[in-house]
Amino acid sequence: MAAASLSPSRRAWQRFRRNRLGYWSLLIFCALVVLSLFAELLSNDRPLVVRYEGQTYWPMVHDYPETTFGGDFATPTDYLDPFIRQQITRGDNWAVYAPNPYGPKTLNYFAKAPNPSAPTVDNWLGTDDRGRDLLAQLIYGFRVSVLFALALTAIGTVLGIVTGAIQGFYGGRTDLAFQRFIEIWSAMPELYLLIIFSALLAPSLGLLLVLLSLFGWMGLSDYVRAEFLRNRQLDYVRAARAMGLTSGQIIWRHVLPNSLTPVVTFLPFRMSAAILALTSLDFLGLGVPPGTPSLGELLSQGKNNIDAWWISLSTFGVLVVTLLLLTFMGDALRDALDPRKQELA
Amino acid sequence: MSEGRTLLDIRKLRVAFNGQPVVHGLDLQIAPGEKLALVGESGSGKTVSALSLLGLVQNAQVSGQAWFQGQDLLTLDEKALRGVRGGDIAVVFQEPMTALNPLYTVGEQIAEVLQLKRGLTRAQAGAAVVELLAATGIAEPARRAGAFPHQLSGGQRQRALIAMALASRPRLLLADEPTTALDVTVRGQILDLLADLQRQHDMAVLLITHDLNLVRRFADRVAVMERGHLVEEGTVASVFAAPAHAYTRQLLASRPQRQVTESVSGAAPAPALLQARGLRVSYPVPLPGLRGWFRQGAFVALQDADFALAPGTTLGVVGESGSGKSTLALAVLGLVPHQGTLKVAGSDWPTARKAGQLRALRRRVQVVFQDPFSSLSPRMTVEQIVGEGLGIHEPALSAAQRRERVLEALADVGLLADRSEGAQWLSRYPHEFSGGQRQRLAIARALIVKPELLVLDEPTSALDVTVQRQVLELLQRLQRERGLSYLLITHDIDVIRAMAHEVLVMKDGQIVERGPCLPLLDSPVHPYTQTLVRMAD
Repeated sequence: MAAASLSPSRRAWQRFRRNRLGYWSLLIFCALVVLSLFAELLSNDRPLVVRYEGQTYWPMVHDYPETTFGGDFATPTDYLDPFIRQQITRGDNWAVYAPNPYGPKTLNYFAKAPNPSAPTVDNWLGTDDRGRDLLAQLIYGFRVSVLFALALTAIGTVLGIVTGAIQGFYGGRTDLAFQRFIEIWSAMPELYLLIIFSALLAPSLGLLLVLLSLFGWMGLSDYVRAEFLRNRQLDYVRAARAMGLTSGQIIWRHVLPNSLTPVVTFLPFRMSAAILALTSLDFLGLGVPPGTPSLGELLSQGKNNIDAWWISLSTFGVLVVTLLLLTFMGDALRDALDPRKQELA
Repeated sequence: MSEGRTLLDIRKLRVAFNGQPVVHGLDLQIAPGEKLALVGESGSGKTVSALSLLGLVQNAQVSGQAWFQGQDLLTLDEKALRGVRGGDIAVVFQEPMTALNPLYTVGEQIAEVLQLKRGLTRAQAGAAVVELLAATGIAEPARRAGAFPHQLSGGQRQRALIAMALASRPRLLLADEPTTALDVTVRGQILDLLADLQRQHDMAVLLITHDLNLVRRFADRVAVMERGHLVEEGTVASVFAAPAHAYTRQLLASRPQRQVTESVSGAAPAPALLQARGLRVSYPVPLPGLRGWFRQGAFVALQDADFALAPGTTLGVVGESGSGKSTLALAVLGLVPHQGTLKVAGSDWPTARKAGQLRALRRRVQVVFQDPFSSLSPRMTVEQIVGEGLGIHEPALSAAQRRERVLEALADVGLLADRSEGAQWLSRYPHEFSGGQRQRLAIARALIVKPELLVLDEPTSALDVTVQRQVLELLQRLQRERGLSYLLITHDIDVIRAMAHEVLVMKDGQIVERGPCLPLLDSPVHPYTQTLVRMAD
């Protein structure tokens, strides 16, 4: 009896788990995202902790001038400087470095190979044409992409659900007016707007988020609208109305939970579309402000330095793996929520 | 078994889905020119058995033998089966709207069969189509051949489908619930047509149905299936007269019984709980062309309806699809705007809405819908579904009190034999229940707020006959015990006969006949009522 009393969403989750590829993709993707959230611990040009002359320093959170560690200048310490390294590791002094001792913007002035450098013991995936470590850039670039995609997906989904619900539930003139508005709005040339705005305003992730969100909700809104149009006709909604529930209560308790299937199904695909959008805008130079670690900017570097194969290849690899994981998850989710499969199961 | 005596010989047919057997070794023979009815309730495997012979059931594991004209259908490959399908064995499906392709005219679809199966040329086929349609009794066959499926009525579509099945001059016709989707008055015509054609073409007909009236009217022999087993087989006369198996007896006895408190004549008439005078409901429809930009047309679904319902009695509303009876139910529920007077429990919807009394009035009028699958939200538990009304109308209740009331309601509708098993019911979801149980849940949801009037919109049409009888008995008991009033909407004369005190007969949005139930059904005056009653016998 206990096994029989699963809610529809619990049963969908069980079907999702049965798809091993999708399930493992979800686990791996989540692990990657969590790891990238702690990128500062993984890849940082500052040591995590330094013990120097009997005192403990936390360079990760505090700036210390070079004079602290016996240097000559009062400028912030460059921990890649061989002299500083020697100072903080000599005698009883010790320092704990991140596994990859470079940040995303770190320029290694003491590198042994010319830029861009092929993979070496110092730079595991090589450096880009400005001498920044590629692995560090990929880790931080992945984080920026995923967080941006999450935010864009969340905003687009909420907007899509709200607008779709209003159109579908109220129907009639509301629906008609909204549909015409969507037709006009979707005819706006999105790319030109991006180019214009990136020329007018200082480029930033926030601006990009706003601009892409302005247009990203329309596709989903149509699906939600169709689900609402169908579900509001069903008898349980009529029964709820006869029971005296308000429209808000009916939407929230009855129609919305039963209309979320397309929303959930599209989530991973929307994520991967958002990652791709950010990457391609960065590639064109319309995306994030210069200096932000970004996969698109790396790809464009790879194009400009075609013989530096490690740049394009490793970036390409990260993109492919990310998008593949998302696509596998999406496939599994679609199967799990397919009503026809539910009948067979 | 000689080949000449048997047209189709099914031996040990087993059908399974994903290892779950649904037909357990069916043995059945059909003689040439015989009318055999395969009867059973939903899930008995009757349709699956028949369609699996032609390889028309997907994802099924089929074993056994099915000898037809010297070959075993179950061993044929897809190509050979295609030759048999729509050739020597033709199928008529239940739902003529979905069985016809909406993109082609009816004539084109029939001509396709003629060209494929009989090798006619286009021109010959065109003439043959009109002939076939004429044979199925469609008026103006030449014109109808050029019509698209949506331009025909349900009965005409089913006739077109039969014409299509006949196009290949089959030896065996599989008719899968051919009249279930049709209105009562049309059902008889289609059945007579099938019988006529069967005689003319000397083909065998396997009629798959759950409707015993059809079997009695149509078949020579009947086979009864229960849960994948053939439980009884014999001539219609002998099985109906002396059913041997318990299940057959149960089926035959499932005609609903009248167990209502008859109103005492001579007692002072109580004030009506529901009273309508000149009730009219219309829906806006778009007008064609430029006019549609400025004005909307109106489709009148219900007009000039006068009726009254005394407390503790049942007002039956009978009619076919499109007669406006469901619109009447929605108007009484206050879910569609109406014109004319409609007094519900001493108030009316517009007044209640203005006075802020809408919720109070909603509590007094509740509803049970036809389809138990769409009337319960699939994502809510039993406790949420049944208890929702309490949250609205008695918000002062504590969680424990509310749960107690839900259990009480479940017990009232006969879902709980024992309170102790209640806890495990509350957290279950609708998909875990059968159709009959779901309908009881819907009744519990309505009853929990203690309504005075229950609108029953085809409450048993989607249920199997044996379950239908149980649900009707429940409704009758509730009425006797609590003095509930019912507005019962149905197309089924048997249900009306068992339940109603007063009857309205509706046709095309108007009430054509009214009166006390039994006298009206025994001697109907209006020709339409006469047809309805005749079809039910």
